[in-house]
Amino acid sequence: MPEPPVTQEIIAAHQLTHEEYKRASAILGREPTLTELGIFSVMWSEHCSYKSSKVHLQTLPTSGPRVLQGPGENAGVVDLGDGLAAVFKVESHNHPSYIEPYQGAATGVGGIIRDIFTMGARPIALLNSLRFGPLTEARNRYVMSGVVGGISGYGNAVGVPTVGGEVGFAECYSHNPLVNVLCVGIAPIDKLFFARAGGIGNPVIYVGAKTGRDGIHGATMASETFDEKSEERRPTVQVGDPFREKLLIEACLELMRTDALVGIQDMGAAGLTCSSCEMASRGGTGVEIDIRLVPRREEGMTPYEVMLSESQERMLLVARQGAEATVREIFAGYDLDAVVVGRVTGDGVMRVRDGERVVAEIPVKGLVADAPVYQRPAVRPAWQDEVQHLDVDTIPLPRDYGEVLLQLLASPAIACKAMVWERYDHMLFLNTVVGPGADAVVLRLKGTDKGIALATDGNGRYTFLDPFTGGMIAVAEAARNVVASGAEPLAITNCLNFGDPTRPEIMWQFAEAVRGMAAACGALQTPVTGGNVSLYNETMGKAIFPTPIVGMLGVLDHISHTTTPAWKEAGDMVVLLGETREELGGSEYLKVCHGLVQGRPPAMDLDLERRVQRCCLEAIRGGVVRSAHDCSDGGLAVALAEGCISDPENQIGIDVSLPETLRPDALFFGESQSRMILSLREAGLTRLQAIADHHGVVVTPLGRTGGSRLICRGRTVNIDIDLAELDRVWRGSLPASFGQE
Amino acid sequence: MRFGIVVFPGSNCELDCHWVVQNVLGQQADLIWHKENTLKDYDCLILPGGFAHGDYLRTGAIARFSPIMAAIEDHARRGGLVLGICNGFQVLCEAGLLPGALLRNTSLNFICRPVHVRVDSTATPFSAACTQGQVLCVPINHNEGRYYCDAETLAHLRDNDQVIFRYVSPEGKASDAANPNGSLDNIAGVCNEQRNVLGLMPHPERAAEELLGSTNGLLLFESILSYGRAASLTRG
Repeated sequence: MPEPPVTQEIIAAHQLTHEEYKRASAILGREPTLTELGIFSVMWSEHCSYKSSKVHLQTLPTSGPRVLQGPGENAGVVDLGDGLAAVFKVESHNHPSYIEPYQGAATGVGGIIRDIFTMGARPIALLNSLRFGPLTEARNRYVMSGVVGGISGYGNAVGVPTVGGEVGFAECYSHNPLVNVLCVGIAPIDKLFFARAGGIGNPVIYVGAKTGRDGIHGATMASETFDEKSEERRPTVQVGDPFREKLLIEACLELMRTDALVGIQDMGAAGLTCSSCEMASRGGTGVEIDIRLVPRREEGMTPYEVMLSESQERMLLVARQGAEATVREIFAGYDLDAVVVGRVTGDGVMRVRDGERVVAEIPVKGLVADAPVYQRPAVRPAWQDEVQHLDVDTIPLPRDYGEVLLQLLASPAIACKAMVWERYDHMLFLNTVVGPGADAVVLRLKGTDKGIALATDGNGRYTFLDPFTGGMIAVAEAARNVVASGAEPLAITNCLNFGDPTRPEIMWQFAEAVRGMAAACGALQTPVTGGNVSLYNETMGKAIFPTPIVGMLGVLDHISHTTTPAWKEAGDMVVLLGETREELGGSEYLKVCHGLVQGRPPAMDLDLERRVQRCCLEAIRGGVVRSAHDCSDGGLAVALAEGCISDPENQIGIDVSLPETLRPDALFFGESQSRMILSLREAGLTRLQAIADHHGVVVTPLGRTGGSRLICRGRTVNIDIDLAELDRVWRGSLPASFGQE
Repeated sequence: MRFGIVVFPGSNCELDCHWVVQNVLGQQADLIWHKENTLKDYDCLILPGGFAHGDYLRTGAIARFSPIMAAIEDHARRGGLVLGICNGFQVLCEAGLLPGALLRNTSLNFICRPVHVRVDSTATPFSAACTQGQVLCVPINHNEGRYYCDAETLAHLRDNDQVIFRYVSPEGKASDAANPNGSLDNIAGVCNEQRNVLGLMPHPERAAEELLGSTNGLLLFESILSYGRAASLTRG
């Protein structure tokens, strides 16, 4: 069947600009066929090509002594020592999750898992960073329930535990939720695999589920803003099959234990197109595929549809010549298809045949390396000064500080998320030493004395108010979380969620946030190993808060260094590391109690940040620290409350006295950065002071643990609340939003 | 003792069971793929947790037809020990090796968290190392854990002391509040009439190391080991 001619309407429907179409024609030396147009359109979509973000991403530090693989592969790889590597990456599935929350989130989980085992690593854990609109709206509750259900349904059944993450809320996410999923796997350093098509004549083998018409143009959909008709796009969201993915994981890992495999990549966004030409690009080769050989579950699919389908749970691999039978045999053991669909060629061309007929013939370099790159205009928005302006003197001081604390603990951003993570299997593989709910998760590394720690973080409100500072804080806070758990931060993966990059103010937010992240990654020596950019997060012309999400990986030299936020015993001293300034801008307190998203976010001094983190880590490693907690959302008062109640088996009160050197609301609820709360035995205080002096960090004793109340004494501040009341409010808030007791 | 751990496509707790048997208990353990139809001479078979065949249909409904099932039934008939954990329990019920069925949790949600269970009978090879009425803290991890059987079967289970574990409060009281999934009579685990096949929803392998929060689950494995030692003494 001949393909329909390429008309102006068809070009426009493929979201290619006039210049891009001309560029594609120039690469081909002729007008593209419909299949070729489809291939150009997905490969040059924002999602696959990073055309708007590339120039900025190149400024991020990406190398370091522990980085084995930086950006450009399916995932980043970090050396953990002992011959082990951590393979990790975060990716977004925002757009599909708004259109179809359950399947959108589920297939997001499936996609990121494939990126990890593709590299030869067994995926051992998932984390997710979620943002929703306020739960007072039914639609947002529906989206959140669906997303959590999808993560639970897919993650649990595929057999990769969801060990942590975070959930945030703001109006701007009402029509554009964020679903960022991070996966980490562990591999022996000498058994890593890469997505490269090497060896001319080697067979290209398709494995996994059959191809259907689902998800055609998912990548282009993810590169558009939304309007009222977005729900009509439901058919572009795929349906996940975690059972098949589980089989695919086991079959691929088994194949990797043989010497049959040359290169492998999952078929995610842009399916067969992206996997085949990216592998050829990295291998410096060409690839030829006959779409008639591709296993299908629908009849009458055109070459265009086969090449662009985003059916899930499929992988493309290149095997050694002669190893075809080995591959087939291993996959047959799991009742999975493994079909030779093409060959690696030496001519640098991606050639797609439908039997004898050639339907696409494109130089790989043209699709990948020569994809458009834009230096888009970036302009600081006129309204930025306005939102940064905050006259604190107009903010009335609270009458009852205890009441404010309860309000903050009930705020969905701060409230206990157990109702979310209890739906996730977070214990599988017997590695979870610290699970969800703490600053970072800690997983032991079996066969060693070590552990890894992981945290995700990113404050959209801060980044909205000041993108540069917000970018820095996202990195710094994630690192601080990892340090609080007893680990040394090693490297990050990031997911950059922003609006429409063709709008100069959005591009300015992006550039500034990346500049902030680059500064923080440099100062904290945590290079970027990869990640994902999600643009066009807008609905009806309104963008989300610019939300860079950082996934930080750290290593614990010894698993016995594991530290959690909760007090351990009555009679311990509680101290604050770092300093509190009069900073209320962008705080949860301003938002919750005064209805304001206003001011400058707290300042970030990267040198101080590094010193505070080093001080804390040295104190933990020295055995001085019994609990450690990052002091962030909701400030000191919330951090102290969490120290009291976060361990349901061992709740211990505290009695704090603080001189009111600042506005008392800033002292108790301000979110000054580079602060941590530690508890320790009194005998350890001298040692801690010595370590802090060495790092030039201020230690302020706050009080002592004990009793069953949280008491803060001051001149005007007088909080005195029973822990049972704190616990009831903190644990009960989220279930109550969903009408549960 | 020799343990065999049965792996269905979609099982996912097999490596955890293997880890505990081999690294915590120091015993031998093999993984057995479901397509096998013979079994070596194992003392105890474990059917681990997971989602056998995806469990898109009723849990365990396809697994019961796996080639390995006939050999498992034979092993059980000859008095060999069979321990079904979570999905393994569901498969054993579906295969008729244990009475009753596991329905969807009353909350309609998947639940993963530690719960308290009371040992209501120590008269099995799986619970002999516990004390009667002892409360154990062991995690559950399931979407379909609501134990159900008809009134006659329930009466029979009670008369024969076949209810081995019940969900209780930390103080040991069986109540609706302590019942995480709506199980009939707060049942968390039952054995067969011969008492050599046990199924339970909580995961004892997830409570076998101090580092991970609880060692209460080890009592089940230690019970099995003492039973094995006694059996080999009798044989020897």
